[in-house]
Amino acid sequence: MSIDVAQSARQAGHAIRAIYVRELSAYFLTPLAYVFMAIFLISLGAFTFEIGRFFDTNQADLSPFFLFHPWLHLVFLPAIAMRLWADEARGGTLELLMSLPAPAWALVLGKFLAAWTVAGAALALTAPMWISVNWLGAPDNAAIALGYLMSFLMAGAYLSIACALSAAAGNQVVAFVLSVAVGFLFTAAGLPVVGGALGPGLADALASFSLLSHFEAAQRGVLELRSLFFYLGFIGLWLTLNTIWVSARKGG
Amino acid sequence: MGCIAAPLRLMDVMQALKVSGLSKSFGGRKAVRAVSFAVSAGQAVAFLGPNGAGKSTTLRMIAGFLEPDAGDAEIGGASIITARSAAQRSLGYLAEGAPLYLDLSVRAFLGFLARTHGLSAAATKDAIARVAQDAGIAEVMGARIETLSKGYRRRVALAGALVHDPVVLVLDEPTDGLDPNQKVAMRSLIRRMAETKAILISTHQLDEVEAMCSRVVLIDRGIIVTDTTRTELAAQTPGGRLEDAFHALTQMERAA
Repeated sequence: MSIDVAQSARQAGHAIRAIYVRELSAYFLTPLAYVFMAIFLISLGAFTFEIGRFFDTNQADLSPFFLFHPWLHLVFLPAIAMRLWADEARGGTLELLMSLPAPAWALVLGKFLAAWTVAGAALALTAPMWISVNWLGAPDNAAIALGYLMSFLMAGAYLSIACALSAAAGNQVVAFVLSVAVGFLFTAAGLPVVGGALGPGLADALASFSLLSHFEAAQRGVLELRSLFFYLGFIGLWLTLNTIWVSARKGG
Repeated sequence: MGCIAAPLRLMDVMQALKVSGLSKSFGGRKAVRAVSFAVSAGQAVAFLGPNGAGKSTTLRMIAGFLEPDAGDAEIGGASIITARSAAQRSLGYLAEGAPLYLDLSVRAFLGFLARTHGLSAAATKDAIARVAQDAGIAEVMGARIETLSKGYRRRVALAGALVHDPVVLVLDEPTDGLDPNQKVAMRSLIRRMAETKAILISTHQLDEVEAMCSRVVLIDRGIIVTDTTRTELAAQTPGGRLEDAFHALTQMERAA
C-alpha cells in the first residue's frame, strides 16, 4: 500500500513538473507573457505616478504603488489564466492530457503554478520601484517585502479563480468575463461603500472574504497570519473546484 | 505466493487489454452497452463499426477520458477504474483527430509526454530518439508542430503514444485523412509494433482491417456483434468478402 502511495506521489510530481514546464514555455514561446508583463508594468506605473501621486506624498514608501495592485490583478490576471483549460477543450488536447498517468489535481496545480510564476515575474520586474525609494530615502524594507509577498499571494488568489472558471466555462472569453466578475465580487466585498450599505455586522463578515481587506494590513506593514492563511485557503478552495470541474469533463 | 503470482503475470501478458462490460449513456441514449473483449500482446485487433457505433466512446473509456457507467478495462493487469494511473502507464493512446500542442516543437512535445510518464532525462532522450526513428519523424524534430503536414502530425501523435514504450496501444482512426503513401507508411509501422504489443485499432475502413489486423471486433449501436478472425468473418458470406460480412452484420442489427 505504501509503495502504491509513494508511486502515485512520484507520478504526480512528474506530472506537475512536466505540465509546469509545458505551460511556462507556452507563455514565453508566444508573445502572451511579454505583452501581459509590458501592459501590467505600464499600467502599474501610470496608476502609481499619475493617480497615486507617488512623488507628491514626499515619503519614501510604496503605499501608492501597492494601492492599485488588487484592481490590476483583478483585470490582468484572468487574461493570462483564461486560456489554461479553455484552450485544452478547444484544441482537443484535454483528451490527450486526461489519458496521461497523472491525477487531475496534479495537472491543475502544474498549470496554476506556471501562471503564478508569470504573475510573480511581472511583480519582480517592478523591483526598480523598490530600488528607487531606497535611493530617495530610507523606507521600511520589511514592510515593502511584506507588501510584495501579500501581493503575490493575492495574485495567486485571483489566478485560482480564473483557472477554475477556465475549466468550467471551456471558452476563453466567457472564462475571462466570469473571472473578472467573480474576482470583482471578492474585491468589492471589502469596500467601505458596500459595508456602509449593509450595516457593521454583515459588513465585517463580508469583508473577511474580501481579497482587498486582507491586503490592507500588509499595505500598513502589518503581517496578519489570518490573511496569509486566507489567501492560501482561498487558492486551495478554487484549485479544488478547478479539479472537480476538470474531472467532470471526463463524465462526457 | 510466488506460485500464484507467476500465472497471473502470464495472464496479464496474454490479455494485455481486457475490457469487461463497459457501458456508457449520454442523456437517455445508450452509446455503449456491456462491451467485452480482450487483446493479447502480439495482436492487432480491429475495432470495426459504422460511424456512431460507439467505437470512440469505448476507446475513451479505455483511455480513462470518459467514466464508464458500468464495467471496467484492465490494461497490463491494472484497472482503469481503481488503478487509473497504473493502467495509463501501460497505455499508448492516439485519440481521434490526433490532438497535439501545435505551439511546441516535436522534440518538446515528445519530451513533455515522456516526462509526464516519469522518464528520467537520459531515458527521455533515448525514448525520443527511438520513436523518432520508428515513426519516421527524425527530420522534423526541431520543427513546430503547427508547421507540419497532416501526415507528419499523425506520425508525431503516434510517436507520442509510443514514447513510454507501452504494452498496449489504442489507436482511434490512425490513418484518417492521410494520403495513400502516408497510409502505407503508417500501416507498416503499426504492423511492426504489433509484433510485440497489444494493439486495438478503431476504424470503419475495411482496407485498414485487411492491411493490419488478424482479428475483428465488430460493434454496432453500442453492442458487440461479432468477435472473430478476419478470415472467419469474411467466410461468413458467400463471396468471402469482408465488406459483405460487415454490411450483413450491421444491417442485421438494424433490422433487429
